[in-house]
Amino acid sequence: MAQYAFYPGCTLHSTGVEFGASTDRVCDALGLELLEIPDWNCCGASSAHSMDHDLFLALPARNLAQAQQVPLEGDDLSLAIPCAACFSRTAAADLALRNDPAFRARMESVLDFQFSGRIRPRNLLDIMANDLSPSQLSNPVSNPLHGLKVVSYYGCLLVRPPAYTDRWDDPEHPKSMDYLLQLMGAQPVPWSYGVDCCGGSLTLNRADVVVHLVDILARAAIEAGADALVTACPMCMANVDGRQKYRGELPIPRPPKPDYDPLPIFYFTELMALAYDLPMLKVLTRHLVDPRPLLKRLEII
Amino acid sequence: MKPDLSFVEQVSKLSQQNVQRCFYCLRCSAGCPSAYAMDYTPAQILRLTQLGQKDALFHSSAIWLCIGCETCGTRCPNEIHAGAVIDALRQLALQEKVPAAEKSVFRLHKAFLSTIHLWGRLHEVSMLAQYAVTNLVSRAVFGNIDMGAALFLKGKLELLPHRTQDMDQVRQLFSLGEDSPHDD
Repeated sequence: MAQYAFYPGCTLHSTGVEFGASTDRVCDALGLELLEIPDWNCCGASSAHSMDHDLFLALPARNLAQAQQVPLEGDDLSLAIPCAACFSRTAAADLALRNDPAFRARMESVLDFQFSGRIRPRNLLDIMANDLSPSQLSNPVSNPLHGLKVVSYYGCLLVRPPAYTDRWDDPEHPKSMDYLLQLMGAQPVPWSYGVDCCGGSLTLNRADVVVHLVDILARAAIEAGADALVTACPMCMANVDGRQKYRGELPIPRPPKPDYDPLPIFYFTELMALAYDLPMLKVLTRHLVDPRPLLKRLEII
Repeated sequence: MKPDLSFVEQVSKLSQQNVQRCFYCLRCSAGCPSAYAMDYTPAQILRLTQLGQKDALFHSSAIWLCIGCETCGTRCPNEIHAGAVIDALRQLALQEKVPAAEKSVFRLHKAFLSTIHLWGRLHEVSMLAQYAVTNLVSRAVFGNIDMGAALFLKGKLELLPHRTQDMDQVRQLFSLGEDSPHDD
């Protein structure tokens, strides 16, 4: 059984609950053991780097220090991180610990640890697509997602900037999600918006910007012929799932609906769990755009 | 206005980006998802920085509307990360206590960081409560009531926070810098 240190991040039990539940189930089915790092803290998300450069790197640096306590042997270990933003912040801190001796010395003193450099932060999608063979991924498929046309949506921080991602996939034309979804029997369709941004944390304070960006994404996905959009990021999910229906305007008078039928959004791990026929019915009820009618029509559930 | 030519040095140092290398090809601005809503596009921000136009930059909405999506930095032929430059400009503006042009954005970041200072991890309900209280005058709060209710009914907003045990250590990380962001 392959073992990974694991940083779940704050959203996997709350707004990203579908990501958390499906990740647990899929990793279990694939024999990936995720060892949660002890007493972790928030990575700082969009706010730390916006307000305080020291905090931006220090918060995830503490998690890297905590990750060294996970009982794993070897010199080439991976810290699996499902959330794209958590991954990016942690990779930034890892890079600074490796390349900036002054920063490292300061963190080692504040956090009372010695940076070993044995553990590399990696995104869960990277691990799934690159550490497992195609047959390992497709063997558990007992409910192939035939007929499900999807667009792969990576958003920003999963593949950018290259300095943090170490180019585990191409920053402009990533392919990993298409590859995985094909193995699940789904039909990825090409589109041009896979690495466009959903608006991130502006959703709560400038919802108009996020609604504008989400409408562009949803219309482009529909134009490409997709039934659903697939993401690997809880922030993208919250925005693309939520802002198609909830427009961020005063509830009274009722704001106008979008000029398209809202598109169901899935985490890639949810589609893997469905293809592996793992229990997902309760998880699917948590979406704001209900994906069940689509899945029933295609006889996937 | 007389250009302050030391400003570009200061920003380049803080952001670790060579702002002088920008030759204004506009790729950053063409790809920027929020440029349409900004008063200055990312390329204009770089140009204004080269020309030392500190006041215009510190009072701009653009430094608060940057999402940090890294499209600009990934595409720049001169490898300038405009996002990092904007982070530096925002920090300098905070240090000089310039009121944020996008108050709701500033208040949300404050509420987010207060929650982390309190619990070590994000607790959406604590964050939204502080954001709502500090931002009552803005319609941004009322516009989110329906989505908040939907998320709550779907069980996606937890009432009780999960917290980091070693909060002393987490709070130490908040006092590394000499200047902390000011209250508005």
